[in-house]
Amino acid sequence: MIAPLRLVARLGRRTLQAVARIGLATRFFFATLLHSGTAFRRFGLIIREIYSAGVLSLIIILVSGLFVGMVLGLQGFETLQTYGSESALGVLVALSLVRELGPVVAALLFASRAGSAITAEIGLMKATEQLAAMEMMAVDPVARVVAPRFWAGVLSMPLLAALFSAMGIFGGYLVGVVLIGVDEGSFWSQMQAQVDFEEDILNGVIKSVVFGVAITAIALFEGYDAPPTAEGVSRATTRTVVTSSLVILALDFVLTAFMFRGVS
Amino acid sequence: MSKAWLDLWVGLFVVAGIGALLFMALKVGNMSSVRMADSYQVSAHFDNIGGLKVRAPVKSAGVVVGRVTGISFDDQTYEAEVLLSLDKRYAFPKDTSASILTSGLLGEQYIGLEAGGDSVKLANGDRVRLTQSAVVLENLIGQFLFSKAQEGAPNETAQ
Repeated sequence: MIAPLRLVARLGRRTLQAVARIGLATRFFFATLLHSGTAFRRFGLIIREIYSAGVLSLIIILVSGLFVGMVLGLQGFETLQTYGSESALGVLVALSLVRELGPVVAALLFASRAGSAITAEIGLMKATEQLAAMEMMAVDPVARVVAPRFWAGVLSMPLLAALFSAMGIFGGYLVGVVLIGVDEGSFWSQMQAQVDFEEDILNGVIKSVVFGVAITAIALFEGYDAPPTAEGVSRATTRTVVTSSLVILALDFVLTAFMFRGVS
Repeated sequence: MSKAWLDLWVGLFVVAGIGALLFMALKVGNMSSVRMADSYQVSAHFDNIGGLKVRAPVKSAGVVVGRVTGISFDDQTYEAEVLLSLDKRYAFPKDTSASILTSGLLGEQYIGLEAGGDSVKLANGDRVRLTQSAVVLENLIGQFLFSKAQEGAPNETAQ
């Protein structure tokens, strides 16, 4: 075959492979949803996974939330001071955390802390043929291994994002009010006047739920689809973090465009 | 790790997460303060609403007494119709006047209510008759220039 033609053929093959993989991922996602019944009947399985995905991510989420809030407080104060409106610092910190930074940064951290762990665990289970052994014992691995992890991730993510935002607002308060000396009353009252429960907080929660679904679905699929070798598992883990980070940011844009379009 | 510890940790995590949500709803958001259970609607027509937005506060004597719930254009009178939702606790006389004001130099715009002297109170569906439009900076500058030009005109003829 002529060289350029071969290039075109390879491009086509790659594209077809990618589309087929998306199809496989979608089928896998619906299979997970279908087999969720068993997971909810044995809720202990979900609790165990919430521990490893949610509770163990707490420290990184809380500490980074605090620091992000503190940086927002410092930077926001510097900028707002130029316009003589330091009293709006509370609004700035709260709105940026609740609307964007809380869900997004918590999701990015969750993807690299919990998502990679899920992929590595399932990939290793597959490489050591534990999943095949389960099938031999007539235990459906999707129901026993995949579905509990999925629901644990979906349940943990909004809680982690809320903790991140709350911690960040506390950090902004520490730097803004305690350290720099912005008036405490205007810090909280302006925040309460500007932050709306449905418009801002509820939309932030919806975002984090969507991110939770995306991250865990990607992590589970990458683990389940990983080539059963050491290299395959390590590659799948990397791909989980890269893909879910990109998906989080893209989804965030789409969701923001939907949610805050009406807010003029 | 034993099952009891596992349950305890997960329970703590869930309680902390819900606590954070509650903190945001009550302390950060406006769930506690401006959620008015009982309110009545009045409307007001303005020549120009400037930059007024839906959900802007309605204040009287600086106290928030309601919110702007709707803004529309009336193509019969070519005026803006603004719907106000006022807290039921506060009653205003029928000849109350509404004006669009700005908080601070560049702050958000809100509606200020100035109570009149009528003994009849505003009821649901009433219209505030006396209104004062928003100050539009361009018009203000135009007026200023116009008055300056008028001031200058007689001087020139005198010379």
